[in-house]
Amino acid sequence: MDFITQLLNGLGLGSIYALIALGYSMVYGIVQLINFAHGDIIMVGGYAIYVVLVMAGMPLWLAVLAPLVVCGLAGMLIERLAYQRLLTHNAERISLLITALGVSIFLQNLFMILFGSETKTMSPLFGSDSFALGGLSVTSATLINIVVSVVMMVMLQLLVNKTKIGKAMQATSEDAGAAKLMGINTKRIILLTFAVGSILAGVGAVLYINTYQQIRPTMGNLLGLKAFVAAVLGGIGSIPGAMLGGYLLGVLEQLTKAYITSEVTDAVVFAILIVVLLVRPAGLMGKNRKEKV
Amino acid sequence: MKKRSILSLALAAALLVLPLAGCTESGSESGGSDGDTIKIGGLAPLTGDLSQYGVAVNNAVLMAVDDINKNGGVLGKQIEYLPEDEKGDVTEAINAYNKLVSEGVVAIVGDVTSAPSKAVAQKANDDGMPIITASGTDAEITLTGEYAYRACFIDPYQGMLMATYASKELGAKTAAILYDSGDSYSTGIADAFEETAKELGMTVTNKEGYAHSSTDFNAQLTKIKASNPDVLMLPVYYSDVVLILKQAKQQGLDCQFLGADGWDGVVPQLNGDDSINDLLAKSYFCSQYSASSDDPDLQAFLTTYKEKYGIDANMFAVLGYDAMHILADAIERAGSTDAEAIIQAMSETNYSGLTGTTTFDENRNPVREAVITTFEDGAYKVLETYQA
Repeated sequence: MDFITQLLNGLGLGSIYALIALGYSMVYGIVQLINFAHGDIIMVGGYAIYVVLVMAGMPLWLAVLAPLVVCGLAGMLIERLAYQRLLTHNAERISLLITALGVSIFLQNLFMILFGSETKTMSPLFGSDSFALGGLSVTSATLINIVVSVVMMVMLQLLVNKTKIGKAMQATSEDAGAAKLMGINTKRIILLTFAVGSILAGVGAVLYINTYQQIRPTMGNLLGLKAFVAAVLGGIGSIPGAMLGGYLLGVLEQLTKAYITSEVTDAVVFAILIVVLLVRPAGLMGKNRKEKV
Repeated sequence: MKKRSILSLALAAALLVLPLAGCTESGSESGGSDGDTIKIGGLAPLTGDLSQYGVAVNNAVLMAVDDINKNGGVLGKQIEYLPEDEKGDVTEAINAYNKLVSEGVVAIVGDVTSAPSKAVAQKANDDGMPIITASGTDAEITLTGEYAYRACFIDPYQGMLMATYASKELGAKTAAILYDSGDSYSTGIADAFEETAKELGMTVTNKEGYAHSSTDFNAQLTKIKASNPDVLMLPVYYSDVVLILKQAKQQGLDCQFLGADGWDGVVPQLNGDDSINDLLAKSYFCSQYSASSDDPDLQAFLTTYKEKYGIDANMFAVLGYDAMHILADAIERAGSTDAEAIIQAMSETNYSGLTGTTTFDENRNPVREAVITTFEDGAYKVLETYQA
């Protein structure tokens, strides 16, 4: 029974990793940029909830909506201000990467100036009940995390595969130059991809606050790193891969803590990841794509 | 095109000026030439992950310097306080220390956290520079030599104290420990707690660690819940305490919770949280002072701090204030700014400050009683002073 509880704990944690990993994966898929500022988007979402719920005292539905809107806008703003010129001028990938790191540090320090560096706590958004299902005890937050992340992935799959925008995204990812020739406004599609990825991070922020009820300006560091690893593990660029990677990382982490060692969990988890990547260098669900010429 | 480059230039200029403006604001106001002031350096993480501790210490040191200067300064001169941001990093701390030495400081208040404090204390002893850390609790900091002092308790002392309290006063027979295995403060207390608990005949059912800046403790708590201990010791800082307590309650873990001075700050963290009474019922921690004591000096400090900085002063602030005063008191008694004279005066300290009366033992650690605090109606409640 304990084992199943631990497994569910892991899936709950993994759901948050998965939602952030989706953003990494989508952006990488379309512009081959590892957007290191993505982890900080969830921090921005966290503060959006804090401002709406705690500082302004507005109702809960607004506090759930606000991070989605704020994160989406922040994602587009970052793309427009920091990356777009570099992308249109075909800048070196390394310049993009450094810019992403710069944006990350800028965001953290901006929020430190705006809100102070201390950790802020708030009440759980949707209550903090725990259910006992025949010897099994699961918290409501865990269940919400799992359900929401699955719903989000299904919606994202529909968006990417069934809509015109989604097809344009795929085309841009496949070959941006050709997509442009076919009349696709690739600039706009890239902007939209950032928006969608960031909105998913906004959903992640809601789940994170509901589960851990705590924010600080540097919270995106470790969270972003773990989610990035989840994206790579699942096969960066692949949507189901990002989800699988997130769940797997969460479960690995939790089971390691429970049954191997709780003191050097990350070392054990990352060792497992290295082994997985040695066997499957493109990640679990990644395609071994040929180099574009 | 031109407009844009002007805009980016302006932005870049603004970015450059921002941190500088911060520096001049936080620096001491008393300027003047070298002969008229006594320069004292400060080392603290003012930005970055640990800045919540560094800013608190630095704020309080600034207040102490203001108070001392208003009352005529030290040796008839004004104190010029030169704070340096070391970002919580050992290398940055050493660089900042070297900068302070080159600026001619006579003594240093710093560092704030244990790892950089130890590195800087080692340097200070090599150079013969008096240094006092407000909040570096690692026992080894002052063992680096006779120039390094501290204003706070050392880690093992608090672990020993709480294990004794749990066994003798709370009647606990079984105990579990959940600690931050990447933090020497936490491991220091956890190890001492375990050792003392075993000596006193208690059973330690679980000793679970977690990686620094973890936010999910469900795996460890599920394990701890299964062994149903009388007390759970949480020798971690308050933001982690809140996370752990919330997850423990969600899981329905029912035991008494113990902690050390890192718990100070738990109540402001939970301000406005409906579950505060439920979360903090049956919790006890030891600390170096109590915010709810009726000591007028302490209350005056807490009020002024809140007015000045807009947030409640925590333990780091109180210790920072005392550390600066202990140093100033020693310089005054030394009668000169000579390092040897200051060190001699420091060793004879008998200073009555916000944390009570402080004297130093042979390892330059403070000797004073600890305060056992619990919670009532969403506020701290002092139970007693306790010496193991």
